[in-house]
Amino acid sequence: MTAENNQPLLSVRNLRIEFPTRRGTLVAVDDISFDIAPGEILGVVGESGAGKSLTGAAIIGLLEPPGRIAQGEILLEGRRIDDLPYEEIRRIRGRQIGAIFQDPLTSLNPLYSVSRQLTETIQTHLSMNERQARERALELLEEVGIPGASERIDHYPHQFSGGMRQRVVIALALCAEPRLIIADEPTTALDVSIQAQIISLLKRLCNDHGTAVMLVTHDMGVIAEAADRVAVMYSGRIAEIGPVQEVVRAAKHPYTHGLMGSIPHIGHHVDQLTQIEGSMPRLQEIPPGCPFNPRCEQVSERCYVERPNLQVAEKSEVACHLFDAPGLEVRAGD
Amino acid sequence: MTDIVNSAAPLLSVDGLVRHFDVSAPFLNRLFERLDRSYVKAVDGIGFDIGRGETFSLVGESGCGKSTVARLIVGLYQPTAGSIKYEGVEIGPSEAAQDRKRMQPHMQMIFQDPYASLNPRWRVADIVAEPLRVRGLLSGKREILGRVGDLLSQVGLSPADGERFPHEFSGGQRQRISIARALAGEPEFLVCDEPTSALDVSVQAQILNLMKELQDRLGLTYLFISHDLAVVYHVSTKVGVMYLGKLVEWADTKTLFENPRHPYTRMLLDAIPDLEMTGRQRIPVAGEVPSPINPPSGCAFHPRCPHAEERCRAEAPVAQIHDGVHVACHAVADGRIG
Repeated sequence: MTAENNQPLLSVRNLRIEFPTRRGTLVAVDDISFDIAPGEILGVVGESGAGKSLTGAAIIGLLEPPGRIAQGEILLEGRRIDDLPYEEIRRIRGRQIGAIFQDPLTSLNPLYSVSRQLTETIQTHLSMNERQARERALELLEEVGIPGASERIDHYPHQFSGGMRQRVVIALALCAEPRLIIADEPTTALDVSIQAQIISLLKRLCNDHGTAVMLVTHDMGVIAEAADRVAVMYSGRIAEIGPVQEVVRAAKHPYTHGLMGSIPHIGHHVDQLTQIEGSMPRLQEIPPGCPFNPRCEQVSERCYVERPNLQVAEKSEVACHLFDAPGLEVRAGD
Repeated sequence: MTDIVNSAAPLLSVDGLVRHFDVSAPFLNRLFERLDRSYVKAVDGIGFDIGRGETFSLVGESGCGKSTVARLIVGLYQPTAGSIKYEGVEIGPSEAAQDRKRMQPHMQMIFQDPYASLNPRWRVADIVAEPLRVRGLLSGKREILGRVGDLLSQVGLSPADGERFPHEFSGGQRQRISIARALAGEPEFLVCDEPTSALDVSVQAQILNLMKELQDRLGLTYLFISHDLAVVYHVSTKVGVMYLGKLVEWADTKTLFENPRHPYTRMLLDAIPDLEMTGRQRIPVAGEVPSPINPPSGCAFHPRCPHAEERCRAEAPVAQIHDGVHVACHAVADGRIG
């Protein structure tokens, strides 16, 4: 699926997120651009500290100070939303953009019953009376697959198991039928069997409602399972973005290639996993040029001085100097 | 991994291991509200052998008791019943505390969270040297520092890192420090409780490679606890699958992954995301792990099992050996599934 066919639902242009500190400004997200088409699931992967969650937070206007958007713009259906006053972004959040966070226990209020949290959200965004809102809440709980929803609706979050709680959170995100959901590590706190249930639920709901999802995770398996396209982030930049099959099966950027090799596979036994030496640089220590240059095996002079920009390579886009010269296609690794 | 033939007795042998935790209401509540005492059967009668040089993995979902088994073996918990034999010597029950003391230097543990398992106020050199001091393996500042330097280089850090504090290191480097500390006690047997779960995949690969390399070099035996089946496939020689305090299947890694027998094992394997993008349709299994305080009657898996019948609801299955695979399932025993 390509986003160019029609107007993108969400468009992020040259986004830069900075954290001013006493010892200078840290750039956590550095000039990233991507689109999400209506109904599309865009996976965003990367290691901790790559800037993937910050990007999600910036889109829903939940960037915590002193973090700030220093440059660039975020467009939702062609309308700029990154510079809106607090009250207006608050109305968009929940109504047009829903959010699902990692830990379902902390994203629900332990003092309110599930029905109260759902009806409150519904009434905030849609004009409904108490009874209609409760009916809608019940429908939502049934839709996300909570058995015995009519009895469980008045329960409190602690009375639900982890998987059921995450279903409640998904119901909350869906309350106002948003066009886009930012799901930040929605299955990380869950067991594999529950994870499989939640992913298939998320996929089904997006299909039924035509909701687009930005799925932020560090788990490549989840991405392969759920996403249409995937963006690989490294040190606050997008290293590679493209259709998920392309990135998973034929990774181009040396980082993506190493990342795929470092995941153990059931079925083919290897004695040693591919290892990317070192670790992602801290924000204070991002080297000039390509941020991956200290760990890259195919590094050249140019990588130390010039930052690579995203450019088309087959079906994906890659930010790597290896793909600069047309006709000079060097496959990473292999 | 090299095949290690186990003609000799197993290094560690666990039999009928049980650990219950008392979670009863306070005495007065029990008295007035007529409540019974209640127990969590965290580990409910499991047995397995680990041969020298092997990696035995325990997998299962959260709450299945795999970490409790790890803690029982290293002696952080006392078993309610059952036996743990190390080189044929009983080290389980508290009467054998004397023996445990003798055994413990041979056994060390690596914990899941490298942020919580290192004292933030100690320098790395002191952390790594602690087992040396406690066990009295070395004396003299020079010798100890020299050994700490060796240990740090063994795990891929520099001896100069000993002067730094844990907060100066990334998650992967901290886990290397934990491994160096475990190796300081010169163990033969390492219990690793989810050692890579808190790490990013590329760092996980580094730690798994390091653990394998150390095993080959030092002839270590691992008990590896994980919920990640792909990691388990990569590191283990044998795998045990746990469900609600019981071992439901136990076999060689290859056999278990190629021909899983127990319906729960099949379910777990089916739930792994398909990274190969073969288009394999996953069938997510309904239901969740029931509460271990009040486990279902008979086979604990029967409410989620597609092959459950009357007998499964009434009678708990006992592990039987089919072609070298230990399986506790009526359906397998009756030949209904194979």
